[in-house]
Amino acid sequence: MLDTVMIGAVLASVVAAATTLLIASLGELVAERAGTLNLGVEGMMIIGAAVGYATAYSSGSLLLGTLAAVLAGMALSLVFATLTIWLAANQVASGLATTILGLGLAGLIGASFVGTRLDAAPALDIPGLSDLPILGKVAFGQDAFVYASVALLALVTWGLARTRIGLILRAVGESHAAAHALGHPVRKIRTLAVMFGGACAGLAGAHLSLAYTPFWASDMTAGRGWIALALVVFSAWKPLWLLAGAYLFGAVSILQLHVQGFGLGIPSQLLSSLPYLATVAALVLISAMKRGQGAPASLGVPFVPDR
Amino acid sequence: MPLKLERQENVPLAGLIAAPFVALAVTLVVGAVMFLAMGQDPVEAFRIYFIDPLGDAYTLQELVVKACPLLLIGVGLAFCYRANRWNIGAEGQYVVGAVFGSWLALATHGTEAGPWVLPAMLVLGALGGAAYGLIPAFLRVRFGASEILTSLMLVYVAQLGLDYLVRGPWRDPAGFNFPQSVTFDAVATVPLLFEEGRMHAGIVIALVVVVAATFVLGRTLVGFSIELGGSAPRAAAFAGFDERRVTYGVFAVSGALAGLAGIIEVAGPIGNLQPSISPGYGFTAIIAAMLGRLHPVGILVSSFILALTYIGGEAAQISLRMPFDVTRVFQGTLLIAILAADVLVRYRIRRVEGVRHA
Repeated sequence: MLDTVMIGAVLASVVAAATTLLIASLGELVAERAGTLNLGVEGMMIIGAAVGYATAYSSGSLLLGTLAAVLAGMALSLVFATLTIWLAANQVASGLATTILGLGLAGLIGASFVGTRLDAAPALDIPGLSDLPILGKVAFGQDAFVYASVALLALVTWGLARTRIGLILRAVGESHAAAHALGHPVRKIRTLAVMFGGACAGLAGAHLSLAYTPFWASDMTAGRGWIALALVVFSAWKPLWLLAGAYLFGAVSILQLHVQGFGLGIPSQLLSSLPYLATVAALVLISAMKRGQGAPASLGVPFVPDR
Repeated sequence: MPLKLERQENVPLAGLIAAPFVALAVTLVVGAVMFLAMGQDPVEAFRIYFIDPLGDAYTLQELVVKACPLLLIGVGLAFCYRANRWNIGAEGQYVVGAVFGSWLALATHGTEAGPWVLPAMLVLGALGGAAYGLIPAFLRVRFGASEILTSLMLVYVAQLGLDYLVRGPWRDPAGFNFPQSVTFDAVATVPLLFEEGRMHAGIVIALVVVVAATFVLGRTLVGFSIELGGSAPRAAAFAGFDERRVTYGVFAVSGALAGLAGIIEVAGPIGNLQPSISPGYGFTAIIAAMLGRLHPVGILVSSFILALTYIGGEAAQISLRMPFDVTRVFQGTLLIAILAADVLVRYRIRRVEGVRHA
């Protein structure tokens, strides 16, 4: 009996860890399918975490905090979009700048909240289903962020594959010159896609600071934004593969914690580095299998209309 | 949008030089707004942040101490970025260089080892950094894996590895359980240039590197192949330059210089191995490289400007109780401003009448 409770708890924390990655990487996937590589995910995520926590703590409303986090991530993504899309600046350097600025601003905003705690976002049990053994709580007894991540996955999968907007967005990412010739506003679409990515990164940050670990600590994202970027490559730019990737990485990061808890004599630092090593391994594996060919053809290429 | 960008064929030199200054001015304006928002008097804050550190001999030496790693790493990154290879893991290569070099310092600790120890440590540090830098290069050349993400992931791995060493096998047994190694012997320490202050011989090495890099990048076929590989890969291939060799080469150089910076820092101002040996030099050096226009002499100037943000940040932390993150905001804003200012140089902005543009 104890074992099933334990397994259920571990699985539930895997879901929680995976949710941050899933939300952030879905947003980045949309931005990349439109042709923009935004390395600022880490910065947008942490600004979301800081602003979300500050707002929720001050107002007492988790909903308000989440909204503020989404807006903050979006605002920072606009800085990136202005640089890369409207000023045709280098995307790698601009993404790094966005991350550095985001980390700094988040530190300033969060400084006065160090050492405080919030009540985590409550679990929303789905009546009936959440009482199922083991998987009941794992799948149907989670907080709103988890359900939102699944809804977001469905929305992005359907939106990219089945809607007119998705078709135009993909066209812009594959060949901006052709899309421009057809009269599509390339830069506007890219800006909107980047803003969607920013909103998702902000939401992922809110999940971190309002539900997963409901307090503020500087640098609390700890590279999750970068792992989300790697997941997009891992998924070969297909949303459903993000689900698999995010849960795989969620599992690695949670299981290494539990192995540390058992104290098997393996250095804890080696276990802590597993998610990062796994990211490298996944990138190599995917690139070696030539799955990387799924990359949008115009990814990372600035667009300057000549007519 | 009635404005459009028009690429300029001949980029004026005056613009190239003016852009960083425009960026600095914009950063200061943003900084003033930030200080106001934090309830500080901007004039007072700027004085503490940027003017006071230049006032006395001790802080001027500190400026050199902080600029030294930024300069070494930044010059190395210029090799990568000129070749359009995005090594953003210099922080990890810095850590591995420090660890490799420190191994010798710890192995010879307490023995009668001669003055060969320090030079050997520096060589080991450079080799360690280069080897770590070659990992993302290899993964890119052999498997096509994005060097941006792999080099960054390896930063976390390097930091955790250092943490393991100083808490485990390399911990000073007489150190009251503090996670740090023994203090290096005199023969394993970078000598100070003056009796007072902390300025050390590392800056001399860095200046030699600047001269050498200026020559290699500007006057040799190697420098030309790096430049061409970055700006016109197809032309470089037709000219017979091997793309893979360029990738390995620039990662080895930037890794070696980051590793050298790491071992100089540990054997110099720090004096032993600790869990944290860098306030983000490897990332700040990226800004130094961009602000210095990927030119070694430009990076010499920009590393001092960025060193000032570190010193000012520490001063503001003490006297104004401002979080150190102010420095990160300054650095991020500076990089954004320089990227935006570049547009003024590379493109002409034209008004377009009556035509709607995408």
